[in-house]
Parts: sequence; C-alpha cells; structure tokens
Amino acid sequence: METFRNLLDPFPSQQSTFAANVDAIYYFIFWLSTFFFVIIVAMMCYFVVKYRRVEGQEPEKSPSHNTPLEVTWSVVPGILVLGIFWWGFTGYVDMRSPPAETYDINVTAQMWSWQFKYGTGAVDAELHVPVGTPVRLIMQSKDVIHSLFVPVFRVKQDVVPGRYSGLWFEAKEVGKFELFCTEYCGQKHSDMITKVVVHATDEANVTDEVPQTFDKWLEVASDPLEGGRIPLEQAGEKVIGMFGCLQCHSIDGSNKVGPSFKGHFGQQVQTRDGSVLMDENYIRESILEPNAKIRQGYDPKMPSFKGSMKDEWIDAVIAYIKSIQ
Amino acid sequence: MTSHVMPAHSDSHSSADNYLTASKGFLSWALTLDHKRIGLMYLIGTMTAMFIGGFLALLLRAEHLSGAPGFVNHDTYNQLFTLHGAIMVFLFIIPSIPGALGNFILPVMLGAKDVAFPRMNLCSFYLWVFGAIFFVGALLTTGLDTGWTFYTPYSTNTSQTNVVLATLGAFILGFSSIFTGLNFIVTIHTMRPPGMTWFRMPLFLWSLYATAIIQVLATPVLGITLLLLAAERMFGLGIFDPKLGGDPVLYQHFFWFYSHPAVYIMILPGMGIISELISTFSRKAIFGYRFIAFSSMAIALLGFLVWGHHMFASGQSEMITIVFSALTFSVSIPSAIKVFNWLATMYKGSIVLATPMCYALSFLFLFTIGGLTGLFLGALATDIHLHDTYFVVAHFHYVMMGGTLVAFVGGLFYWWPKMTGKMYNEFWGQISALIVFVAFNLTFFPQFVMGSRGMPRRYYNYLPEFQVYHVLSTIGAFLLGFGLLLAAVVLIVSLFKGRKAPANPWGAATLEWQCSSPPPLANFEKTPTVGNPYDMQSVVWDPDTESFVRRGDVPIVPDETEQPAHA
Ligand code: HEM
Ligand SMILES: [Cu+2]
Repeated sequence: METFRNLLDPFPSQQSTFAANVDAIYYFIFWLSTFFFVIIVAMMCYFVVKYRRVEGQEPEKSPSHNTPLEVTWSVVPGILVLGIFWWGFTGYVDMRSPPAETYDINVTAQMWSWQFKYGTGAVDAELHVPVGTPVRLIMQSKDVIHSLFVPVFRVKQDVVPGRYSGLWFEAKEVGKFELFCTEYCGQKHSDMITKVVVHATDEANVTDEVPQTFDKWLEVASDPLEGGRIPLEQAGEKVIGMFGCLQCHSIDGSNKVGPSFKGHFGQQVQTRDGSVLMDENYIRESILEPNAKIRQGYDPKMPSFKGSMKDEWIDAVIAYIKSIQ
Repeated sequence: MTSHVMPAHSDSHSSADNYLTASKGFLSWALTLDHKRIGLMYLIGTMTAMFIGGFLALLLRAEHLSGAPGFVNHDTYNQLFTLHGAIMVFLFIIPSIPGALGNFILPVMLGAKDVAFPRMNLCSFYLWVFGAIFFVGALLTTGLDTGWTFYTPYSTNTSQTNVVLATLGAFILGFSSIFTGLNFIVTIHTMRPPGMTWFRMPLFLWSLYATAIIQVLATPVLGITLLLLAAERMFGLGIFDPKLGGDPVLYQHFFWFYSHPAVYIMILPGMGIISELISTFSRKAIFGYRFIAFSSMAIALLGFLVWGHHMFASGQSEMITIVFSALTFSVSIPSAIKVFNWLATMYKGSIVLATPMCYALSFLFLFTIGGLTGLFLGALATDIHLHDTYFVVAHFHYVMMGGTLVAFVGGLFYWWPKMTGKMYNEFWGQISALIVFVAFNLTFFPQFVMGSRGMPRRYYNYLPEFQVYHVLSTIGAFLLGFGLLLAAVVLIVSLFKGRKAPANPWGAATLEWQCSSPPPLANFEKTPTVGNPYDMQSVVWDPDTESFVRRGDVPIVPDETEQPAHA
C-alpha cells in the first residue's frame, strides 16, 4: 500500500522555499479538475445507462437549448480559471523576484555538461550551494539552448546562447539532488545530468551525505592544488572531476565521446589532417583550443576551457594524465 | 403512411453505378477530380503515415523498457522521436480529418456535386505526396534529429542531419494544407444549397470552416519561418544565430505563432465529428447548437493569441509571460462549453453504443483529461516545473491522440458505410474501441505522474526511479497499437465480408445520408431536401430497405419558429 501511494505521489520532495506554494497550486487545480471530471464522467455513464435505446421508441421531447444554463456553464468555469491564473501568476512573480542580497553563481551550459563558477575562482561540474541562503544563477550557453531544471526546487529556466538568463532559489535542507537539462540539445541531451549539492553553513549541521560546510568546500574547490601541499597528480585528478571531463573521456583506455586519457601519452596519434605527438603541448592546446587538431575518428564536440581553467590547474591535469599511463 | 415515406434511392440502381465503379484503371484514380476519390486517397495516405509513425513510437517505447542503453543508441533514439513527431503532426494529424473525411463528406453534406475547386483539391493531395516524399527522403538519407520543433540554433548550426530537406517537406505540406482550407472556405460560402442558412449547417462543417480559417491564416507563417530556417542554415543569414546578431528565441515565436493555432487545426475537426456522432447516436438534436458553432469560431480566433505559452521558461519578458498565461485560460472556456453541450445532448436521448459512439464517449473522457491538464500548464508557477517534462507529453497526447485520433477513428466507422457501401462488424468494432480506450490510459496516464516527478522529455537514458512508469507506458503502447490494428482489420475485413450498407444506417438527418451508399459519381441524382440537420425524428426506420428514410410529412424547410429564437 505504501509503495502504491508512493507510486502515485506526483511530486519529489519540497526542497526550496517556493516548492510548497507550487505544489499547493498544483493540488488546487488537481482537486478542482477531479471534481469536474468525476461529474462529467458520472453523468456520461448515467445517461448511457438511463437513456439507452429502446427499439422503436423515440426519445421524449426535451429542449434543444437553454440560454441561462449555457451562460452559467460558460461563466462559472471562466471565474474559476481566473482564480487559477491569479494564483499561478503571483507564484511566478515570487519565483522571478530574487531578494536584494543573493549569493551569485555563474553557470555555463555546453553540450553536454554544466560548469558552475564561483567568485573565488572555484569551478565545478556540480552545483554547490549553501543551505538557507538565496542563491542566484547567472547562466549562459556556449552552443545551443539548454535548460536548467531542479525538480525538488520546482525551478527551471532556459539557457539561451547570446544572452544571460537568471534564476534564483533558496534551498531548505542539506542534501544531494538531481539537476537535469530539459531543452533538447542533441546527442547526449539525456546525459546532461548533474547534482545540486546543498551544504550546511556550520559544522553542527553537516551530514554523512554532504560532510563539508559550504565554506570548507569552497576553500578547497578554489584551490584544488591546496597551496601545493598535495602531489600534482592528485590535484589534477580533482581538477578533472571539477570540470566534468569524465563525461566524455575515460581513464581505462575505452573510447567515449572523446579519446581515453589512458594509453596515448608520448605517442604519435592520428589527427584528421596528419598526426601529432601527444605531449604536454598537445594536451594544453586541446584544453584551450579543442578544435585546432581533431583526432581521427572523433567529432569536434569538445568545448574550450579557456578562461576557466587556470594555468597551474592545466599543469596538474597534465601531471595526472601522465601518471595513469 | 407509406405514401408519405419517400425511400431515398432504390438500391438496385446505385450499386450498378457509384463513384467507385464509375471508371476503372490507375489513371482514373490518379487524375480524378472527384472529391470522394481524393478523400479516399488521402485516407490511405494519412493512415499509412499513422502506422509508420506508430511503429516508430513502439520502437521508442520498447527502448524505454529499461533506463540503460537498449537496442538503439543515442543518435537513433533522437532520430526516432523526431521522425515520430514530425510524421504524426505534419503527415497525419493535420491533414487527416480535413483531407480524408472532410474531402469526402463536406460536399455531400452540402448536397453539392464537388468542392468549389476540384483541380486545386487534387493538387493539394499531390502536394501532400511530394511533402511526404521529402520527409521520407530525409529519413532514408541522413535522418533528422532536431525534434519536430526544429529549434535553432541546434537545427541551423549543430545538427548533422538533413534539416533543409525535411523543412522543405514541411513547407510543401503547408501549401497542401492551405489549398484544402481555401477550397473549404469557398465551398462553404458559395455552395450551400437553398435553405441551408449558416445556422442550419451541420456542426462538422462549422468546425471545418473554423479550421480552414486557421489553415489559411497561420500556415503561411510556418512557410516563411521554415524558409528562413533553411536559408539561415545554408547561408548563415544571422536571423536566429546570436553569433551573427540573431535571436534563437525569435524562431520560437515564429514557430509557435503557427504551431499553436495548428493544434486547433488538429482538434477542431475532431470536435466537429463528435458533435455529429453524439447527436446521431442519442437520436436527439445537438444541445445548444449556436454555442457550439460560436465556440469553434472563438477557438479559431483566440487560438492565435496564446502562442507564448510554449515559451514560459524561455526567458521572454515576464510581462508578456503573464499576458500569455491569462489569454491561455480564455481559450479553455470554449472547449469546456462544448463538453457540457455534448453531455446535455445525451440527456433524455435514445443512446445506442454503436462503435462510433463508443469512440465518441472515449473522446469525451480523454479530451476532458487533456483539456483539464492544460490548466496545470497554463498556470505559470506550475508550468515552470512541468514544462518540457513527460507531463507535457501526456497532455498533448491526451488531446491529439485521445482527442483527434479517437474522433477520427470514430468518424471513420461512422462514415465507412457511406464511403465503401459496406457495414463493418459491430462487435469487433466495439472491442477495438474498448481496447484503445484502456490501452491509451495505461500508456499516457503514468506519464503525468513521472512528468510531475521531474522526468524530462526527449531523454534517451533515464534514472532508475522512473522505470516503473516507463514500463507501464510501454505495455500500454503495445496494447494500443494492437487496438488500432484491430480497428483497421475490422474495417478492411468489411470490404470483403461486410453486409451491404443502406443509405442511412444510423438515422442521421444530415444530407450525406440521403444519397445511396456508396454515393453515385455526382453524389445526388435529385437535389436533396434540406431540413434541420439535427431533426432526427425527420427520418424513420424502414424495414423494407433496412434503412432510415425521410418522412414525407416533414416540412422541407423547417418553420423559422422552430429554430432557437436568440442569436
Ligand atoms: C483547454 C485547452 C488547453 C490548454 C489550456 C492548453 C495549454 C497548454 C500549454 C500551457 C502548453 C505548454 C506547455 C509547456 O510546454 O510547458 C501546452 C502544450 C501543448 N499543447 Fe495544449 N492546451 C490545451 C489544449 C490543447 C489542444 C486541444 C491541443 C491539440 C490538439 C494541444 C496540444 C498541445 C501540444 C502539441 C503541446 C506541446 C507542444 C510541444 O512542446 O511539443 N493542447 N498546452
Ligand atoms: Cu542541454
């Protein structure tokens, strides 16, 4: 029974401040619709049974129109939908009016990954936000139209190339939630999924699922090299995670959208128009100008990371790729 | 009494010479100007498109049995949903009712010999064929992977498939649709028989008239938009491409400026069919004739003002978003009016559940769900969450498939005896309606739930939590395919085994039932008598011909005072 109820429960949990209002409007429309639907279907079934045809007998005369009745059933639904409109509209205005003080995060969408950039220089392929804080996303796309959708927050906004689009929300609880792309954006549209990680703002409230506070996470993410205290390869592995490189590249030698990181370093590899030595220079060029030399058998699908991947981070990535050969 | 009864036509005469047997050979069909033959060719064409589109849908559903990669890959999946949508919309739903049933029935309902421009009518069919060839051309060469909406900049800059070929196909199909619309408008204006005033016209004709207005006014916008799209892709004009100073959202405005009215091109004729079916099988005048007629026109006009509701999340201005939301609700009222009027028609009727009526009741159930779920999408706060999820997919299938397709099948069963001269098997017809109804709900109801829970549309892979719903939906889809196939078999079998159809098997009072089944080449040997199209009691069962026949004592042009007195 419990599972059955779960199956029919139309919503994921409410994790943003406006989720409850959205659900209330949904349920209002739902019950109103159900009310009318049940009446309509019940009348239909009743008439079918009650007035079923008796051969050779014509139906008794009944009016072919009734103006007051018809005006009533035009006006009453009219008033009801006006109410629905009003509630939906005010809810929408709340969702589009961020408070004066927000924590701002820049978002770049590209086929088929997300990049979230923070004021400190931190970059990540997952969206990390502090709990209980209004967060504003300032979004842009590098290629086609994408759309950022977090079901538990009930928010969605298209990300259109050539302009910024905005979105705000305030997360209510610490946890990890799904973030989807909902505007069809080509081949791997359905893989353009990542997580929203809502962090606690003080140590007392961290959980097993999200063990760091937001400030701690930001500190580490802003400096994956940890001031040089950890080996460069290890830092490189972190950078690769932050940028979501593994969406398209593997570390076990298998081919995905792009060639694997493993098994090519130091070798001469085939490009569309010749060959190139896979060395430090080629890796750096591929990160900054991915379309300069395209590997044989692959499409020019990789976005450029110029401007978001710092030079020291590139060095770390190179060190990591070398280390897994 | 018998002296008052004028049997419609003697059967022995018509069977020797009807539109099907009047001439023979391939050319007599390929070059025919007869609206009935053109209607039949449209029927065969659009049904073929529907079964191809349906087959693609079953492949899509089969892939979704599991959330992991199955028997197709990313690219194939994207091509499948694009072709499924494009074929269903452009080759099936838009042309089906006007092209097949409208072409066949409209002139006969008017007591006319043909449409106003028979050559243009044939031309519109061939444009449909050429458009279809372009589509199939795109399908066989590179496929198409943009979604049926062709959104830029994906369609102009990124897609590797043959977008230009496919848009040209849609462009040509647009002309086909415009030609049909023009023809119907002129025919209805100029060829109504004496006595058939606008308000004595069957409601199916009102709905085709409203549809034709949209076809003529909205389709040119699609034509221009698709040309611009093709030009942008080939020459990089910079209309839609932000890198060149264009705006990709502009494309969406252009596209929906046509495509929203187009959803009414799809549903209005279906509503017209339902008005005929419900009153005939309740043996009662349609309730509130004028409200239904006006609501068709209201839908046609208001339908032009709501396109922006497809773009609530696109980043268009908040002001215009709010205005579009308000206007969207205004268009839901005329649909509600129709539903109430249909119900009131059944009240105190004499209802028989013949196959067409089964489909009509199924329509009433499904279309009501489709319309009510539109309210969730019209309300801004909820649409933001539901937009581009399976909720929208379910909504438009409830209206387009549960509405239009079900009405189309109902109408096909209804007019089948007229078109072919054969009666189908009632029992198996009813079974097909039952299977279609149950399977439809099984297929699409779970999609409302998963959409609300956040399952985005156009997804090849999906998260495991959505699997139950996908599996239910897939089972439903295969059953649904079976139900529709059964309906097709019932109809086809009737051609060989069916009882001969009388002129008026259902007791309807519209003019098409006054000529023999199938009609002679010129439709009527004698000018038919025009009466009130919903005066069911003007026809009575005649056991000799096993048909309903006109009572001789009914005044030919009904007394004005019998008409509703108000405007
Ligand atoms: C009561 C009347 C209706 C209302 C209030 C309504 C409302 C809406 C709204 C607001 C959307 C946009 C949802 C979104 O993308 O977020 C929508 C989508 C859609 N509706 Fe309706 N609708 C109604 C009836 C119909 C009818 C009669 C049809 C077709 C026969 C139809 C076909 C569609 C289609 C095809 C889409 C989605 C197109 C796409 O994105 O591919 N609707 N509807
Ligand atoms: Cu995307």
